Amino acid sequence: MTCPWSAKLDRYLDSELPDDELTEMEAHLRSCPSCAPEALSRLQLKRVTQAVGHRFSPSPEFRMKIEQSMSAPKPRPWMVRWAPAFAAAAALALMLISVGVWLQHSRSEQALDELADLHVATLASANPVDVVSTDRHTVKPWFQGKLPFSFNLPELQGSPFQLLGGRLTYFQQNPGAQLLFEVGKHRISAFIFQNRAELSRLNSGSSLSRKLAFSSETWTEGGLRYFIIGDASPSDIRGLSEFLRSAARS
Amino acid sequence: MPLFASLYNFAHWLTQNREEAEDLVQETYLKALKGFASFQQGTNFRAWMYRILRNTFLTSRTGLSVKMTEPLDLEENPAALPVTPDTPESVLLARADQQAVQDALERLPVHFREVILLCDMEEMSYQEIAETIGIPIGTVMSRLSRARKSMRELLETQVRGASQARGAPQK
Repeated sequence: MTCPWSAKLDRYLDSELPDDELTEMEAHLRSCPSCAPEALSRLQLKRVTQAVGHRFSPSPEFRMKIEQSMSAPKPRPWMVRWAPAFAAAAALALMLISVGVWLQHSRSEQALDELADLHVATLASANPVDVVSTDRHTVKPWFQGKLPFSFNLPELQGSPFQLLGGRLTYFQQNPGAQLLFEVGKHRISAFIFQNRAELSRLNSGSSLSRKLAFSSETWTEGGLRYFIIGDASPSDIRGLSEFLRSAARS
Repeated sequence: MPLFASLYNFAHWLTQNREEAEDLVQETYLKALKGFASFQQGTNFRAWMYRILRNTFLTSRTGLSVKMTEPLDLEENPAALPVTPDTPESVLLARADQQAVQDALERLPVHFREVILLCDMEEMSYQEIAETIGIPIGTVMSRLSRARKSMRELLETQVRGASQARGAPQK
């Protein structure tokens, strides 16, 4: 005859019996001549199965292979998937850079046009300069108190250039000095401003350009921004700029 | 890597072949990585991994042949299964060595072998086994009971055969 408790033996040995049934089962096993040896036999088989079950071990090579395959980047599908996005991003970046360069160039062009206008307006005026003097020691002091900065003027004696005078001017809401020079029959304006943010966004460094028969050059020195513009030859523009640079460094 | 050695061991028991076991484990990890989003945080990660491995096995060539021979589980009452009484067979069974148990495990049908291994070797709860295999807990219990009965019968046959061989007169 089968003991009714035998149906719970597996659950007992697998620790799946609830607490109340567990207590009852343990009490039963102490007294049942059928279930006690059966429980012992199954427990031994369970333990041997557990020991035998852990039989196969992965080889170190296989472990390494799996670890590498899990950690290795998979560039191909990733790159293929994101290639259009990267291409679009690169194109956008290139476009932004181009627009940036174009805007900077455009701002510089616009600034030179504006300065050319100031230069032409000065020449058209009946009183082109406020301080009329060929002496740099007269012209420079005239700007004292009128500008938030100071600058040096070159000694032009023995050169083809002659200082005619100077005047206050404004460029993009910044006060500055406009100095008028003459070389041969041509007149050249030299503008000097503080190199503020709006001016620093223009082409930086020294550059010489020519537009509508006007030659111009601009550079930055000692926190000041210089612009030279006139209908003289580019070599004369360059020559005058060299004088002004030397004076600024002295 | 989590569960690597355990998964490989279980895969080898299922396939009974080293190369197939390696392929099975590799595919399991790849599927787990791809489908990690489907893993619900807070649920049983081990059962999830074993389920992937088992399902992958069942769709393999070896697994398909096994699946076709898998019998329908009868929701039978484990109490209806007879308990081997304290007979000389059970005494012999208690003396079964590891090699005999190993041989019996290998000869068991896969659906019996896996449930014994998950319970006795991996020490999974019935709930975990149910999640891994995808069957109700009641079916886990009945299948486990039938699997153990089948294993005991295999062992008794082996042990009795060995005893008879030792008792046979020497020529």
